[in-house]
Amino acid sequence: MSKTFNKNQLAGLEEIAKELRREIVTMHALSGNSHIGSSLSVVEILIALYFYSLDLSPGCRGKKKDRLIFSKGHASSSLYAVLAKKGFFSKDLLKSYCVDGTKLAGHCIINCVPGIEASTGSLGHGLSMGAGLAIGMRAEREKHRAFVILSDGECQEGSVWEAAMFASQHKLDNLVAIIDYNKLQAFGKTSEVMDLEPLSKKWFSFGWEAREINGHNLPQVIKALSEAPFKKDKPSVIIAHTVKGKGISFMENQLLWHYKSPNKDELRKALRELD
Amino acid sequence: MRTAFIKTLIGLAEKNERIFLLTGDLGFSVLEEFKEKFHGRFINAGIAEANMIGVAAGLALTGKLVYVYSIVPFVTLRCLEQIRNDICYQRLNVRIIGIGGGLSYGTAGGSHYSLEDIAIMRAMPDLAVVAPGDPLETESLIKESINYDGPLYIRLGKGRDPEVHKKIKSFKIGKGILIKPGKDIGIISTGNILFNSLKSAELLLESKIDPAVLSMHTVKPIDRIGLARFVKGKKAVFTVEEHDVDGGLGSAVAEVLSEMPDKINFKRIGVNPPVKILGSQDYLRAKLGLDPKGISEKIKGFLKKWKIKK
Repeated sequence: MSKTFNKNQLAGLEEIAKELRREIVTMHALSGNSHIGSSLSVVEILIALYFYSLDLSPGCRGKKKDRLIFSKGHASSSLYAVLAKKGFFSKDLLKSYCVDGTKLAGHCIINCVPGIEASTGSLGHGLSMGAGLAIGMRAEREKHRAFVILSDGECQEGSVWEAAMFASQHKLDNLVAIIDYNKLQAFGKTSEVMDLEPLSKKWFSFGWEAREINGHNLPQVIKALSEAPFKKDKPSVIIAHTVKGKGISFMENQLLWHYKSPNKDELRKALRELD
Repeated sequence: MRTAFIKTLIGLAEKNERIFLLTGDLGFSVLEEFKEKFHGRFINAGIAEANMIGVAAGLALTGKLVYVYSIVPFVTLRCLEQIRNDICYQRLNVRIIGIGGGLSYGTAGGSHYSLEDIAIMRAMPDLAVVAPGDPLETESLIKESINYDGPLYIRLGKGRDPEVHKKIKSFKIGKGILIKPGKDIGIISTGNILFNSLKSAELLLESKIDPAVLSMHTVKPIDRIGLARFVKGKKAVFTVEEHDVDGGLGSAVAEVLSEMPDKINFKRIGVNPPVKILGSQDYLRAKLGLDPKGISEKIKGFLKKWKIKK
């Protein structure tokens, strides 16, 4: 992807980030569902992908397109918000997130709405599926790429490392993993529960080409995405350093907001900050 | 059965470029020909079954028809959640091929037995569970698997499984095959114990009991209509399987029979794990009463208990 990228466009994307965050906090307030912090940390990554990097649009059917697996399925509200903004389905549907009779579950379900292309929710499944997509696309001599968004806590799952070994063994340079490294998991800091560090060294040693970026800096995210694969014959991983609860001062870096959802007052405060 | 599987798959893969074969580093001296002929469509995924199932799901999402091969416990229990979430919940065209049904890996010990797989795989949504009874059923099943829509679990024996059929007129997933007609009792069998089930029927015939034998290769979806027809007029019905007596074919048949209006004399014959003795498959079968003599004696015992004369 070598589209031009100027200041006006950046301002536009930053405005979209605010809008998506407004949608997300509202969805969690209406439903009382958990994982708002995880949804807020991945917003810029999704915007960079859907508004810039991915060759994937609502109308595009069939095989010739980029593929995305949202392996951190618990942050589905973020993905729904970006898909609705891109026109995959009506924004009105967002109000139904996690309420009785909804199509929008707390974790992704394949084809529940257009744009959700794999079921996720149990951590450690997505990278393997992404590797399968990458092999399938390569067999078709497809030039498109498979993207997988993982959470940091997810990298504690052994299956992630099975997939990591597999992808480098098979030289899947059409596979790009993005880790939303927000440093917090259910019970506390990732470093205190089961430390991932040295994370980029781990990926390098598994035969990947790794790059660390600020996952809220849109130009950095876009640059990294557009430069992947970083090396021929190697899968790429973008370790995106992020802040859990990003964008809402009282949620940022607060463990509480892994599970809590905003009440009316908190929603009002959050929306004011996102104005 | 392994040989029947791979030979058939190779024949199909010549014409169907969608076919991929993944193995968890098993099938040495079995899978080589496929590997050589269809280089890009053979993947040894290493000893990492959870990943292998996920990769299979990803491949199926791109429209491939994926066969995943390993020994039963490794390709079912080890990666069960991947099977449920990635394959069954997404209803993908993946065929899980489990080698070593029942006690095929006799002296290898319990780690390699498959005595719970049918019960567990039967609980997976939308997953058809098929245990062919001999090499010819295996061949027919693999041919049929190309056109089957949805995920499949295929439980095979190992190397030298004896032939029961000379010819199979029509094979359909979900439809039992009558192996031998008989007027007195019914024996329903699944998987590679079919040969012994048939031989036990021949022994019973010597005692003037005439059993009908049904190969119920598909345990899920169970052939309700075929079952109803098969048990009609029988004085007693037995299931035979090389699997835990709970949860497998016997349970599936019991579920159907218990919902039928007429009560029928019914007994499940199988294994009660854990198996604490070691030896070849034939040795274990004999010790556990799953050789032809053991099966026929058990059946005679129950008939006597129920006071059923031929």
